[in-house]
Amino acid sequence: MVGMPVPALWLSGLTLLVVAIAGLVLAWRLCRWLGRESRRQRQDLSEQINRLLPQTQCGQCGYSGCAPYAQALAGGDAINRCPPGGERTIQRLAELLQRPVVRLDPTHGIEQPARIAFIHEEQCIGCTKCIQACPVDAILGAPKFMHTVIARECTGCELCVEPCPVDCIDLLPMPTVGEPHWQMPERDFLSSSSSEVRLAREVGR
Amino acid sequence: MKLLFSNPVSFAAAARRHRGINPPDHKQASLRSVLMDMPLPRLLYFPLCLTGKEPAYPLVKPGYSVLKGQLLAASTDGNDNLVHASTSGRIVALASHPRPDPFGSNGETLILEADGEDRWIALHPATDWQTLPATEIRSRICRAGIDERNDCGLSRWNHARQPEILIINALETEPYLTADQALIRSHAKELLTGAGILQLACGALRCIIAITSEKSDAIAALYTALQESGQQAGIEVMVLPPRYPITDRQLIDAVTGGRVPVEQPESERGAVLADVTTTMAVRDAVIDGRPMLSRVTTVCGNTLRTPKNFRALLGTPVGFLLELCGIDYQNLDRLVMGGSLTGFTLHSFDVPIVKSSTCVIAAAAGEFPAPVTAGPCIRCDACVPSCPVGLLPQNLYQAVKNERQDLMTGLRLDDCIECGACAYVCPDHIPLVQYFRAGKAVLSREARQIELSEYRSKRFEARRQRLARDTAMRRGSRRRSVARPENPDIQDSGLKTFSRTRAREEIAAAVARVQQRRRNAGKATARPRDPDQDGRS
Ligand code: SF4
Ligand code: SF4
Ligand code: SF4
Ligand code: SF4
Ligand code: SF4
Repeated sequence: MVGMPVPALWLSGLTLLVVAIAGLVLAWRLCRWLGRESRRQRQDLSEQINRLLPQTQCGQCGYSGCAPYAQALAGGDAINRCPPGGERTIQRLAELLQRPVVRLDPTHGIEQPARIAFIHEEQCIGCTKCIQACPVDAILGAPKFMHTVIARECTGCELCVEPCPVDCIDLLPMPTVGEPHWQMPERDFLSSSSSEVRLAREVGR
Repeated sequence: MKLLFSNPVSFAAAARRHRGINPPDHKQASLRSVLMDMPLPRLLYFPLCLTGKEPAYPLVKPGYSVLKGQLLAASTDGNDNLVHASTSGRIVALASHPRPDPFGSNGETLILEADGEDRWIALHPATDWQTLPATEIRSRICRAGIDERNDCGLSRWNHARQPEILIINALETEPYLTADQALIRSHAKELLTGAGILQLACGALRCIIAITSEKSDAIAALYTALQESGQQAGIEVMVLPPRYPITDRQLIDAVTGGRVPVEQPESERGAVLADVTTTMAVRDAVIDGRPMLSRVTTVCGNTLRTPKNFRALLGTPVGFLLELCGIDYQNLDRLVMGGSLTGFTLHSFDVPIVKSSTCVIAAAAGEFPAPVTAGPCIRCDACVPSCPVGLLPQNLYQAVKNERQDLMTGLRLDDCIECGACAYVCPDHIPLVQYFRAGKAVLSREARQIELSEYRSKRFEARRQRLARDTAMRRGSRRRSVARPENPDIQDSGLKTFSRTRAREEIAAAVARVQQRRRNAGKATARPRDPDQDGRS
C-alpha cells in the first residue's frame, strides 16, 4: 500500500466500501427471505394440522377455535388438548408432527360421542344470547322470537348452553340414520391366541 | 330377432382370470309353481329409514285414510326415497318397527291397516308411450319411486352423455333367486315393452337383455315374445354361461366385447344397466301411471311346503308370505332376506318386504353350513381367483384387520361388490365379507368426517368474516356520522347514530303524540281497543 499512488488507494477504498455495502444489503435480503420462508412453512404446517382437527370450534383446547390451536401446534404446543378429536386425532397429529402418541389431557375434557344442540322451543324467550355464542352460526332466530338449531350446521360444541338464561338448550346424541354400522367380526380365536402364545414364548426367552 | 351368444373368447378369458364360483343351485323348488298374486295382509309396514338411503319424512299422520298409490312419505331431496301406499286403508301408527337391515334394528315405520277395498288414486295412463318425449318418460319414472340399485342406472341419466347401449340384467346368478326368471316366464312381453321405454328414455342405440344359459324357459319366452312383436327390432337377447357372480363391469365387457371403456366413471361409460324388476316397474309407471307398489319376491327354503314366487305388495310382513307357503316353524333354523350369499339374517317375522327384497329364505337346520370358528389365514390364495373384480381378498383382510386405511384404499376396497365368493372358497371360513363391510364403514365414516370438518371450518371462517365486516361497518358509520350526521345512507343501513338535537325533537314529538291521544280519548270515550287508554283506566 505504501508504494501506491494516492488515487489508486482511494479507488481501492471505495471498492471495498461498495462491496461491503452490497454484501450487507444482500445479507439483509437473505435474512428477510429466510424469515418469510420459515413463516410460510409454519403457515403451511398449521394449515395441514388444521385439516386434521375436528373443527368443532369448541375452544376446549384453550384457544378460540381449531385454527388458532393449529397455529399453536405448529409452534410446538402439546398434541393432546383436543377432546372432540380424541385418540384418533392425537394419533394423526403424532404421525404428522413426528411426536410420540400420548393420552388425551383430561384437564381439557373427555372424549364423547358426537352430539348436537337442541333448543326446547316453547321455553325459549328469544334473548339471542345463544346466537352470539355459536361459532358456526348454526342458530336461527330473532329478538323476542323462538330460536332453533339448524341440525346440519351444529357441531355440538356446547358453547350455546352456558349463556342461555332459561337453560332451554340440551345436547342430544347425533342421529345416524341411513349410515351402515357394520362391526368387525369377533377376533378370530385361533390366530390371536396362537400369536399371543408365540409372543409370550419369545418374550419369555 | 336375434339371439346372441356372448363372444366366447373374451368372456372365457375374463372368466379364467376372475373365475367366480359355481355354488350348487337351489332354484328348482321355487320354479315349480307359477308367479302368484297374494291376498291382502291386514297390516302393512312402510319403513322410512333404510340403510344407505336418505330418510323419508311422513306426509300423513296416524288416523288418515289413504288410497292405493298415494304418496305416504318422501325424502327432502326429491326422488331418492318415495314411499307409496300399496293398498287403500287407514294409517294406524307411526312407530318403531323391525326393518330389513342386517343389524336387526328397529326404525320409524308407517303402519297401514288395509280396508280390503284396494281403491286406487286417480291414475294418468299413457296409452301411446312411443309418442311421449323422453323428459316426460323420465319424470314419470322418477315420480313412481322406482328403487335404483344398479350403480350406473336411472338416477344418473341426466348427467350422462347419450349411452350407446342399454343392458337389462336378467342374470340372477345367486343360488336361490328365481324372481326374475319367474317374471320373465310369464311376462316376457311386458319386459320387452319396459325395455323399449327405457331405451327411449335414455336414448340408447341398442338394447340387450343379458340372461344366463340355464334359464331355458325364460329364454324361450323372450324368444317367442320378440317374434310376436316384430317391430321391436332394437332389442336383442344375449346368453351368458352361468357363474356366480357376474359383475356390472364384466357384463358390460361381455356385451360390448370390451369396447366401452369401463375404467371411466359410471356416468361416462356409455352403458346403462337396469334390472328386471326396475324394467317392469318402469313399464307400469309410464304406461299405467302406477307407482311401484309391488315386487316379485322368491319365497323359498326347506321349511316351506310350497316355495313360490309372489308378486308381493311392498310393506307385507315376511311372516305373512311364509304362512302362505306353509312354513314348518318347528324346523326353522335361519330366516334370510336376500340371496344365500349376499343376504342377511332376519330376527323377526314382522320385517316388511321393501323394494330391494329379492328373496326370503326360511332355511331348515342343516340347509346352510353351521357357523364354524374361523382359522388364521394360511395364505393359500384360493380367494384370489374367485374374486370377480380382481382384488386380493387375503391382503384386504389383513389391511382391514389392522385398520390400515391407506392399504384399504390402495387395494381398492371400494371396488369390492360384497359378493361373498372369496368367503365361500376360503378353507378357513374367515368371514371375509364381514371384514370388508366393516372396512368400508370405516372408510365412509372417515370420508364423512373429513367432509364435515371442511364444511365446519368454512362456516367458522364465514362467521369470522361476518363479524369483521360488522365491526368495520359500525366503526366506519360512527366516523362518518361525526362528519355528516344527516347522511341518508346511514339511516338506510338501520344503524342508530346519536344526535342530541334529533333526540330532543323525537322525544318532544312522542310527548305531543301522547297528549294528542289523551285529548282524543277525552272527546270520544268509546275506544276500548286503544292500548294506552286501557292501561290507564
Ligand atoms: S378442542 Fe379441538 S375441536 Fe375444540 S376448538 Fe380446540 S381443536 Fe377445535
Ligand atoms: S348450536 Fe350450540 S352446540 Fe351447536 S354449534 Fe352452535 S353453539 Fe355449538
Ligand atoms: S339463549 Fe336460550 S332463551 Fe336465549 S334465544 Fe337462545 S335458546 Fe332462547
Ligand atoms: S382363501 Fe382364506 S386362507 Fe386362503 S388366502 Fe384367502 S383368506 Fe387366506
Ligand atoms: S366379496 Fe369382494 S373381495 Fe370377495 S370376491 Fe367378492 S368382490 Fe372380491
